[in-house]
Amino acid sequence: MTLPTTADRLPAVSAPVRLGLARAWARRLGLLAESKPALIGTGIVLFWVLAAVLAPVVAPYPPNANHLAAVAHPTPSATHWLGTDHLGRDILSRIMWGARTVLTVAPLAVLGAAILGSLLGLTAGYYRGWIDLVIVRACDIVLSFPVIILYMIILAHFGSSALNIIVVLTLTKAPIITRIVRGLTIELREREYVAAAKMRGESPLYIMLVEILPNARGPLIVDMCLRTGYNVVIIGALGFLGIGLPPPDPDWGGMVKDTYGMMSVWPHMALFPCAAISSLVIGFNLLAVGLREIGLRD
Amino acid sequence: MTPLAGRGRVTLTVTRFLLKHGAFLLLTLLVVSFLVFTLNEFSPGDVARKVLGAYATQEQVDILTREMGLNRPVLVRYGEFLSRLAAGDLGTSTRFKVPVKDIIWSRLANTAFLAALAFACIVPLSMLLGIVAGMRESSTLDRAILMFSTVVASVPEFALGVFLASVFVVALGWLPGTATLVAGGSWSVASQLVLPVAVIVLFDAGYVVSMIRASMIEVMQRPYIRTAILKGLTFREVVVRHALRNAMINPITVILLQINYLISGVVVVETVFAYPGFGRMMLEAALFKDIALVEVGALVAVGVAVLTQIAGDLAYRLLDPRIRT
Repeated sequence: MTLPTTADRLPAVSAPVRLGLARAWARRLGLLAESKPALIGTGIVLFWVLAAVLAPVVAPYPPNANHLAAVAHPTPSATHWLGTDHLGRDILSRIMWGARTVLTVAPLAVLGAAILGSLLGLTAGYYRGWIDLVIVRACDIVLSFPVIILYMIILAHFGSSALNIIVVLTLTKAPIITRIVRGLTIELREREYVAAAKMRGESPLYIMLVEILPNARGPLIVDMCLRTGYNVVIIGALGFLGIGLPPPDPDWGGMVKDTYGMMSVWPHMALFPCAAISSLVIGFNLLAVGLREIGLRD
Repeated sequence: MTPLAGRGRVTLTVTRFLLKHGAFLLLTLLVVSFLVFTLNEFSPGDVARKVLGAYATQEQVDILTREMGLNRPVLVRYGEFLSRLAAGDLGTSTRFKVPVKDIIWSRLANTAFLAALAFACIVPLSMLLGIVAGMRESSTLDRAILMFSTVVASVPEFALGVFLASVFVVALGWLPGTATLVAGGSWSVASQLVLPVAVIVLFDAGYVVSMIRASMIEVMQRPYIRTAILKGLTFREVVVRHALRNAMINPITVILLQINYLISGVVVVETVFAYPGFGRMMLEAALFKDIALVEVGALVAVGVAVLTQIAGDLAYRLLDPRIRT
């Protein structure tokens, strides 16, 4: 990873430094364009972000509107580009609106896991001792659980909602982040700048958040990218299993669940949402592969 | 050190290892059983309601709740639950209306069978692809394999299932779309298994390939590989004699840890193809609030997951001479 430049850590940003920062970001973006997987990945993810943001404007129909005339002929046509589902709802509109939910829930869950996991990892790695032991053991227990079964039990019990899915994903994904951050913290706490901050009399919280965490961000960013992709898969799978985001609002996994039984007659109803979710996950994973390549070359 | 003393030390280390990990397994099982148990206690009335159906009066529900002993303190009943488990009484499933032990083991065996078939394909396939890719980093073949494994590992299992089914079931009509393990109609059990196994293999192999590839790349940069090349061995000999064994140490743990992911994937695949396995049973039990089955099932799932992790750790220690003593 890049060594921390002074510009990255100066609290007050003066004008020439800001210029340097801008240049560093431009350089990073340039590197992104150099890696083919990163470029393709960024393109796919941006496409879906645009589709999600523009859905209220661009989507041809409201996502839950039933077009009863279309039920008899649900296949793709000029009026419904991707056809309609078994209830006469426009699939293109539903996919675009579905992008909104999945692109909100998945990143929020990753963010939650990153915050919780970073705090736990910093605490464990910085203090060591019994706190470390308790945190590591707790993480091991969560990680040893086949999470899908945990999701089924919790979501079937408490009912499924966007909030519940975010909470469950945060709790089950945080331990992995904790492991990564803990490992980095153990290594970084021996650095001179941490010793210097201690000498200045900074609080442990300040040292962890301002001195250590920013220097652990490289591996974290790659991991968060991968994890967003995984979360999209899980949200889709939960929808498919019938414990995902509640109907009738469109959710890609749920769309497949409702229609894959009719595959032999109308395969397009299940195929289009499947293609949507697959392409989004491929986008995130290619982005992660690219970011890792760039990180190694740096 | 005499060879005998050496072996004794290995046995001792292994014994200590097993004791330590066995303790962790017990701790995990206790924590999980308690969490699942208390979770189910949040709404005890629901159980009686589910059993009696929507048209029972509140009075009937109350009577059944009392009869089932669901109105006593949680800790008391947790203690009873543990002692009943220890005595081998797993309770009765309210969803399937049979004793839990009559359904759980046969379903688990079905899932194990599916997973074993998939595993038997994943290991050789991903070893082959991973080694070929990692042998020459950044070659065209390597880029192609990396791209393939990234893409395949990205597609969610249910989407893979739908894609494969749309080709082989709907368009070509070569294979059946369900795998109920009942040899009815024109499809044999073997033909029913092809698609579920293919989905699991494709999804998991993508990940394992990239692990083996990374490990192989790392080994190929080691000094002893350069030495072997410089002393005039052919590329093939270098790979087969020097690189392979060292490159396999890390992936073996990964492959065994993969079983945990395999379980998650299998749940979805079982639902796609209506396979009578453990995962689908758990889903139905959770949705039906079939407490006895959910509790025992969760314990079994965790037990299997932790045991495979221990096996992976042990294999790693026995394979890598640097950690062995």
